[in-house]
Amino acid sequence: MAEYLNQNPLYQSAVETFFSDMPEAEVTLEFIVPEKDFNNAGKGSAEVKNLLKRLGVDSEILRRIAVASYEAEINVAAHSRGGKMVSNVYDELIHICFVDEGPGIGDIEQAMQPGFSTADDLVREMGFGAGLGLPNIKKNSDWMRIRSNAGDSTTLELIIFFA
Amino acid sequence: MTLKEIATLLEAEVLTQKANMEIPVPCAFASDLISDILMCTKEPTLLLTGLANTQVIRLSDMIDISAIVFVRGKIPTQELIEMAEERGLPLLRTTMTMYRSSGILYNAGLRSCKI
Repeated sequence: MAEYLNQNPLYQSAVETFFSDMPEAEVTLEFIVPEKDFNNAGKGSAEVKNLLKRLGVDSEILRRIAVASYEAEINVAAHSRGGKMVSNVYDELIHICFVDEGPGIGDIEQAMQPGFSTADDLVREMGFGAGLGLPNIKKNSDWMRIRSNAGDSTTLELIIFFA
Repeated sequence: MTLKEIATLLEAEVLTQKANMEIPVPCAFASDLISDILMCTKEPTLLLTGLANTQVIRLSDMIDISAIVFVRGKIPTQELIEMAEERGLPLLRTTMTMYRSSGILYNAGLRSCKI
């Protein structure tokens, strides 16, 4: 299984503590993301954003969460056979996990390169496929991990702290 | 600059009913790439775009878009217009190109958004 990890060093120990404690989430939101459903893709991220807004999360952090989550949700709709997103909200952070049903990423390092894209014509006509989705997620998250195998499913997780 | 002044400068048609044309628009961004729009919009921003699919409205759920101008005479679907109305998001349409629209607004003093 190939793995890609990116993290903000400032939050490294907080992330390690989070994964070792695995606390119970305050709120969990789950959305199905069907393949190529561009009428609805983005709804899950909008609901997550609305929830966090009600909880009083700072607007700049809210923007980062919305952008990273939306890019990842679009990736599932545009590049996979469909999948789901599970958002777990804790006191100090949000953890969002995107799992799809394949076909996997052959070369994750290549996929991370700004401008690299495998998007088809339909996806490009919609304004996607600039090859900036994964770099945008990386830029806006405090921790990001991709696990994938060519021919198998991809799991993308991200963590963003509220302060 | 208000949205009303922008509509006049671009000879634009207002597509949304009950659009508040008096809202102040501090800055603008022009692009046909969704990731660029997401990356560059960090304050209330007027978006000029040739993309006329519903994802442009979904974008406005994520970032602070004051209003959208569809350039090059793009005609959005009724569904898109209804989604914008639900959100109170004003939509304009001009037959001008993105380059010309941007140039006119820039010359009239509308600054570029900070990126």
